[in-house]
Amino acid sequence: MTAVAEGAPVREAGGGLSDTLWRRPRLLLLLLLAPPLLWLGIIYLGSLFALLAQSFFSIDEFSGVIDRTPTLKTYGELLRPANLDIIWRTLAMSAAVTVASVGVAFPIAYYAARYARGRWKALFYLGVMLPLWSSYLVKVYAWKLILAKEGILGWAFEGVGLGWLLDAFLSVPGIGGNSLSVSPTGTFIVFVYVWLPYMILPIQAALERVPGSLVEASGDLGASPAQTFRHVLWPLALPGVVAGSIFTFSLTLGDYIIPQIVGTSARFIGLAVYQYQGTAGNVPLAAAFAVVPIVVMGIYLWIAKRMGAFDAL
Amino acid sequence: MRSERAPLWLKVLAGGGLLFLHGPILIVFLYAFSTESKSFVWPPPGLTLHWFARAWARPDIWEALGLSLRVALMATAVALVLGTLCAAAVARTRFFGREAVSLLVVLPIALPGIITGIALRSAFSLGDIPYSFWTIVLGHATFCIVVVYNNAVARFRRVSGNLIEASMDLGATYWQTLRFVILPNIATALLAGGMLAFALSFDEVIVTTFTAGQQATLPIWMLEELVRPRERPVTNVVALVVVLVTLLPILGAYRLTRGTDTVAGSGK
Repeated sequence: MTAVAEGAPVREAGGGLSDTLWRRPRLLLLLLLAPPLLWLGIIYLGSLFALLAQSFFSIDEFSGVIDRTPTLKTYGELLRPANLDIIWRTLAMSAAVTVASVGVAFPIAYYAARYARGRWKALFYLGVMLPLWSSYLVKVYAWKLILAKEGILGWAFEGVGLGWLLDAFLSVPGIGGNSLSVSPTGTFIVFVYVWLPYMILPIQAALERVPGSLVEASGDLGASPAQTFRHVLWPLALPGVVAGSIFTFSLTLGDYIIPQIVGTSARFIGLAVYQYQGTAGNVPLAAAFAVVPIVVMGIYLWIAKRMGAFDAL
Repeated sequence: MRSERAPLWLKVLAGGGLLFLHGPILIVFLYAFSTESKSFVWPPPGLTLHWFARAWARPDIWEALGLSLRVALMATAVALVLGTLCAAAVARTRFFGREAVSLLVVLPIALPGIITGIALRSAFSLGDIPYSFWTIVLGHATFCIVVVYNNAVARFRRVSGNLIEASMDLGATYWQTLRFVILPNIATALLAGGMLAFALSFDEVIVTTFTAGQQATLPIWMLEELVRPRERPVTNVVALVVVLVTLLPILGAYRLTRGTDTVAGSGK
């Protein structure tokens, strides 16, 4: 390397430094990595540790003063029935949203991966990507307009003479409410809508890698479409499904805006974190609550990794 | 024989899915022109441009828009530098802890936004750091790094190492190699990554609520309007503008990287 460099034309100032870096790639690596690692290490990991530390503090219930001696008391509070309720409700919602997203996303992803060609392929791609990147708040707001009592959905139900069906559905306790926009069903629909693109893209990526001939071979060998799906397509798409479910699950776990705008006053983990650190001023409990999604996602990611989901990202 | 035609039910489901994804956004657009100001009544009783004028005359909207644009620009700039450096290191060399570095970069968007938000807030409160423009930028840049990184790392892998070696063999310094060989090769990927980062920051609300204090970016302004509505039709207009402002950079990023094996924007 140096032999060639000696015969080179006049080098501009800084050549010495370049030579040093060329000879010592580790130094170059260090220079490249230092700024991003310092930023993420200090600001991000530092903050995460600050959060973790706070969850071991406790609050004096009468004075509201935060006591900084390490204790597990705050984690104990998570086990109160009201707080366990919040955790279970959030986990159930996340699971339901994930399952529904797979159901809605699969046909779109399958069509785009197997049948769409040329212009249609580009159209499908943009058709999923644009909603993915469209403003989150606007999407939530759109559903407030749609689900409102006087909104388009109620109007459509009335229009086809099925208003009674909607009313009957809304009167079911547990999933209904005064109107769809203040019912758990509303919250559920908005969650599915907002995270759907996160599910479509990884499933599509997984299905793109399934050769069409495989599906045909299965059919030629006498499998029904249902059997082909069950034994050929589904296992091959599974890493993509798991990858997508990481997003839908994690995003639902931590969201605090959707249940606030569309839904009942029933709380989710995100909303609890937000309220405890804000109006209630109970930062330790908020921090302890915030650790729940971290732990859940840690377990989830560990399982996903074992199922090979990261190869599909 | 290969059947190239999709069964009808699949077409209906796929088309219906796309309609489900786009319908609601189009409905917001229509509401921005509605003459009805009190409720969300459908169909709109009439159409008007009046609310655009009202929104135009609102100084609080302009202020929020200005703050959002400045934050997005600054966060994008920081993310571009840090994301590219990180991508250069990870793409070109193998080293101990390489996996950990890529995990660290992805973590801020892999964990729910509220975690990043409350973590930053507890750090600010423990360190007695007052909220400012820079506290917002700090949070945004942190989760924007990954989009720049994803785009840059894919491109770096395609730029042949021989090019860089040839440049150095011919006597160029690192600086010259960077300027005349590396940058031209990765420019479009960086531009695409930067555009995505801008869109991500411009629209972010969850982390921002924790790092903004009393300041209002445009998404925070919208959130306040959603929770405590003051003038609904004006919110509709802002919603329309926000969607358009985010979509332009996304379409730009798509055009820039179309036809390559890694199209920008396939992850967020």
